[in-house]
Amino acid sequence: MSIDIKNLTHVYMPNTPFESTAIKNINWTVKNGEFWGLIGHTGSGKSTLIQHLNGLLKPTSGEILIDGKSLGGKRSSLKAIRQKVGLVFQYPEHQLFEETVEQDVAFGPKNMGLSQDEIIKRVKEAMELVGLSYKEVKSKSPFELSGGQMRRVAIAGVLAMKPQILILDEPTAGLDPRGRDEILEEIVDLKQKQNLTIILVSHSMEDVAKLVDKLAVMYRGEIVSQGTPREIFRDYKGLVEKGLGIPQITELMIKLKEKGKNVSQDILTVNEAKAEIMRLVRGKSLA
Amino acid sequence: MREITIGQFIPGNSVIHRLDPRTKIIITFAYMILLFVLNNFYGYIFPVSFIALAILLSGISVRYILKGLKPLVFIITLTFLLNSFMIKGRVIYELGPFDITYEGLSQGAFMAIRLVLLIVGTSLLTLTTSPISLTDGIERLLSPFKKVGVPAHELAMMMTIALRFIPTLLEETDKIMKAQMARGADFESGNLINRAKNLVPLLVPLFISAFRRADDLAMAMEARCYRGGENRTRMKELKMTALDVSTYAIFMVFAVGAIISRFMW
Repeated sequence: MSIDIKNLTHVYMPNTPFESTAIKNINWTVKNGEFWGLIGHTGSGKSTLIQHLNGLLKPTSGEILIDGKSLGGKRSSLKAIRQKVGLVFQYPEHQLFEETVEQDVAFGPKNMGLSQDEIIKRVKEAMELVGLSYKEVKSKSPFELSGGQMRRVAIAGVLAMKPQILILDEPTAGLDPRGRDEILEEIVDLKQKQNLTIILVSHSMEDVAKLVDKLAVMYRGEIVSQGTPREIFRDYKGLVEKGLGIPQITELMIKLKEKGKNVSQDILTVNEAKAEIMRLVRGKSLA
Repeated sequence: MREITIGQFIPGNSVIHRLDPRTKIIITFAYMILLFVLNNFYGYIFPVSFIALAILLSGISVRYILKGLKPLVFIITLTFLLNSFMIKGRVIYELGPFDITYEGLSQGAFMAIRLVLLIVGTSLLTLTTSPISLTDGIERLLSPFKKVGVPAHELAMMMTIALRFIPTLLEETDKIMKAQMARGADFESGNLINRAKNLVPLLVPLFISAFRRADDLAMAMEARCYRGGENRTRMKELKMTALDVSTYAIFMVFAVGAIISRFMW
């Protein structure tokens, strides 16, 4: 599935003293199977943008095309869109409400009107996908789980609807390093196993550098640049001005370069940096 | 959810904004009483011109204030219609078992105007007074009753906290609603029983988060040694100024005019 956004603008509370333009003139194309990262300072309009993608917010002006079809206002078509475009909100564990984990994950499929067998099958699948044992956890209350597990249950709740596009709004916020790594691994896994189109909203430059194929940078309600992480992180100064940064390892390489060392700055991971520094060290010992 | 405008504070630095909150509360009360003292249309000249003057000075757009009336249009219309149909008198038009009478129409219009003025007056108070200074004002006004056991400080603190959390809870409701809608929940269709049932996925998380917030807040207050109102000093002492005195004087003129109007026409 692909997403096409054309000249999208959204204004909150128009015609009041509290009127504010959250996003303006967004043009963005997400092709089938791509893994996008969406970065931007707090309040840059990321959340507003992604809420348009499954019709939770309606554009003030502009258009959103999902697979070439415009997101209309009809309730029936919106329901179908929300099933195809799965949206995992920030702190999704705050939306849990059922008595058991199984029932909570089943909420989405149930709303889709699936048969009981199909629902149970999907719940099992979704829970395994996020690394939860169906047998062990299914009859527990979601509220007795740990933070990381609760978040997995919530993500499973969206996955159980079998979306073709998955949007995650800061899925690792507030988790400890281990929980964070696990969730990110599972997202990569998902991408490979299900061939999903994924949009990851994140504050962590390290995470997006490691994971995504393409990056879009938001600043004051606009997408100011898009490209591969390598292209984006080349503009160190520009990113810092926008309240963002670059991965620490990339920053390290830039500092080395400034000190006169002949290293490449197109480095995104520790392994790449290691190879580059080794190249430099070996080159010296030869000379 | 974000579209509710009635009673929202609009920051500003107008004369009305700068008045002591006690002055504003007292005058709003007196103004409300005044509205019930009036007994004929001509009398409305006084409260209408008073509130018009206040709106003008506050710098808040009339359109915005009228927008706040929107949710109450139904009640106002109902009042008007009930009065028009129910009061006996000179019949103007017969509509089945009901008669529209001259007296009914006039009484209905009278009541409707009174309601509109009540709402405009009270919303002007909240539009120009921040929740904090509003509760400060209430606390000070209630403090003489402490001796008879009215917990003025505690009441004011509860109000401050409640007001402070209205936007937070609205935001939270909005967020959870959207999260459940993303999972296919439907809050808009179905009959009454189904709709009530559909609210469970919204209300359970909302209550849980409200309790969590209450817990956190209590902890944070205790961590900063909050022990109730005794011996508590305040950062902003309320002070009556010349501005307040002249406001009372101006209001008195209008009030006297309104009372005289009872006997004039």
